Amino acid sequence: MNIALLLEMAAEAAPDRVGLVCDGKRWTYGELLSAARGAFELIVESDAQYVALLDESSEAALIAVFGAALAGVPYCPLNYRLPDADLAALLGRIAPALVIGDEERVIRVAGDQGHTIMAREEFAQKVQEIVPGEDTRETDAGEGVAIQLFTSGTTAAPKAAILRHSNLLGYILGTVEFASADEDDAALVVVPPYHIAGISALLSSIYAQRKIVMLPSFTPEAWLALVAEERITNAFVVPTMLARIVDAIERGTPAQVSSLRAVAYGGGKMPLEVIHKALELFPTSGFTNAYGLTETSSTVALLGPDEHRAALASDDPKVRARLTSVGKPIPTVELEIRGEDGQVLPVGEAGEIYVRGDQVSGEYKEKSALDAEGWFPTRDAGYMDEEGYLFLSGRADDVIVRGGENMSPGEIEDVLLTHPAIADACACAVPSIEWGEAVGVAVVTREGHEQPDEDELKELIRGRLRSSRVPERIAFVAELPYNEMGKLLRRKVKDVLAA
Amino acid sequence: MKPGTRLKSQADDTEVMVIRTGGGTIECGGAPMAEAKPAELLPLAADFSAGTLMGKRYVDADGAYELLCVKPGKGSLSVDGIALVTKDAKPLPASD
Repeated sequence: MNIALLLEMAAEAAPDRVGLVCDGKRWTYGELLSAARGAFELIVESDAQYVALLDESSEAALIAVFGAALAGVPYCPLNYRLPDADLAALLGRIAPALVIGDEERVIRVAGDQGHTIMAREEFAQKVQEIVPGEDTRETDAGEGVAIQLFTSGTTAAPKAAILRHSNLLGYILGTVEFASADEDDAALVVVPPYHIAGISALLSSIYAQRKIVMLPSFTPEAWLALVAEERITNAFVVPTMLARIVDAIERGTPAQVSSLRAVAYGGGKMPLEVIHKALELFPTSGFTNAYGLTETSSTVALLGPDEHRAALASDDPKVRARLTSVGKPIPTVELEIRGEDGQVLPVGEAGEIYVRGDQVSGEYKEKSALDAEGWFPTRDAGYMDEEGYLFLSGRADDVIVRGGENMSPGEIEDVLLTHPAIADACACAVPSIEWGEAVGVAVVTREGHEQPDEDELKELIRGRLRSSRVPERIAFVAELPYNEMGKLLRRKVKDVLAA
Repeated sequence: MKPGTRLKSQADDTEVMVIRTGGGTIECGGAPMAEAKPAELLPLAADFSAGTLMGKRYVDADGAYELLCVKPGKGSLSVDGIALVTKDAKPLPASD
């Protein structure tokens, strides 16, 4: 079993159908497979132990992922936003690699590590010129590593998460029907190639035979223009991208989005205000909130289009609240909420999210994080409501433990965000002599509103939650720190509150 | 037989990749499948000629066997004479 099978099947069934559009160039499935075979020869010839990509999304990402799969070498896309020293350290951990992309930078920071370095254009050119030899691959049980992704590593050195061919194929075969896309379908891929959502988007679109349209560098204007030009039907965005798209439309950027049937988002918490506006601005699109991790080959739970519209239209506060949930676990995975003692918690109680299934690798190069029964502790905290909807409440490490009581930052933030003058909020633990930890919050005042009184915010929380949730410290800040994927950097907020 | 093994029908064009397997004989068009293509096709058994579909997964009732059709043909799949049935993917509402 090898993920290259996905491209081989697409090329076998429809060699002349367009599979990828990037920078105006169109690639058929036949051409993509032939390029991947060329890449296979190139990789074998280079003696590389890894195929790394240090680049934005382009045809090179797709050719490299399948070329590496054919060669039986892990594909390792790297975050080009990392500082030089961090990048050099990661490159050192995968040497010798065939590194595709920013040639000048790799030579500068890791020129002495024995890598074979190739610019995107040179790679794309070479793989098309090579005439591949005969296919001599042997039976492959799928245990080889297809993808290695370094985690962002906010606390320690980045961990190398690995996804085996069997994990990724389990995910794709279980959730995508082969060749199910219409000839006119087109998926806009704008997530960076080093993000798991960027990789699973490529694999699922290839297998569904849905044309992939790549936008290497995101701007809301370019995204909207491409949606109109290529009649995009499916798109995945991270919350910050959707916020910028909504903002651009409101500022008058021309938007022709009637072709967009499906907009999926994930990778961070979606502000309620943004999704409300998006549902209004894209009245004919179905919105899906997808929750997943690198270690789970992408999506494990999702909130579907009908659930979005039902939540928006409902008067029942419980149903309305579902817009802040990540929906229900997908049918091909099992999901449990467990307490610190490892026991499964009852409905409504927050604990750590555990998942199990073929697509769940839960594995790092250094060691596997799976327990004896194959469950993966995600380190994400959350709870399920009585209907089975999953609500995230931050990382398990972010849980505030006040005098032995566990409190999730999410529930406090959700209440703060109901205040008309609060645009954004973050709750986290602050040191407390009396309680060990107590609640601290950082809030952003909405433009055009007066900064609310501290006592008013405390009363708001006291009225809606238990008094233990009332913050001991409140800081008003101009904005909260997010990374480029829209993930809130709680550690930075903690530092501000502790200061 | 290992998962990942590719089997070819001896009675038609069908090719499958083995995802899960037990100890029985995997057949297509009524004849045992093999890793090599036959020099000459065997006759197709009338009871096993409903055809295979590209990209479909075929399973037995117990879930011990799972085959992915990577090349379609006129035969139909069975294990020890018992026909396999298709297993549908559970498509997500376009989350990727």
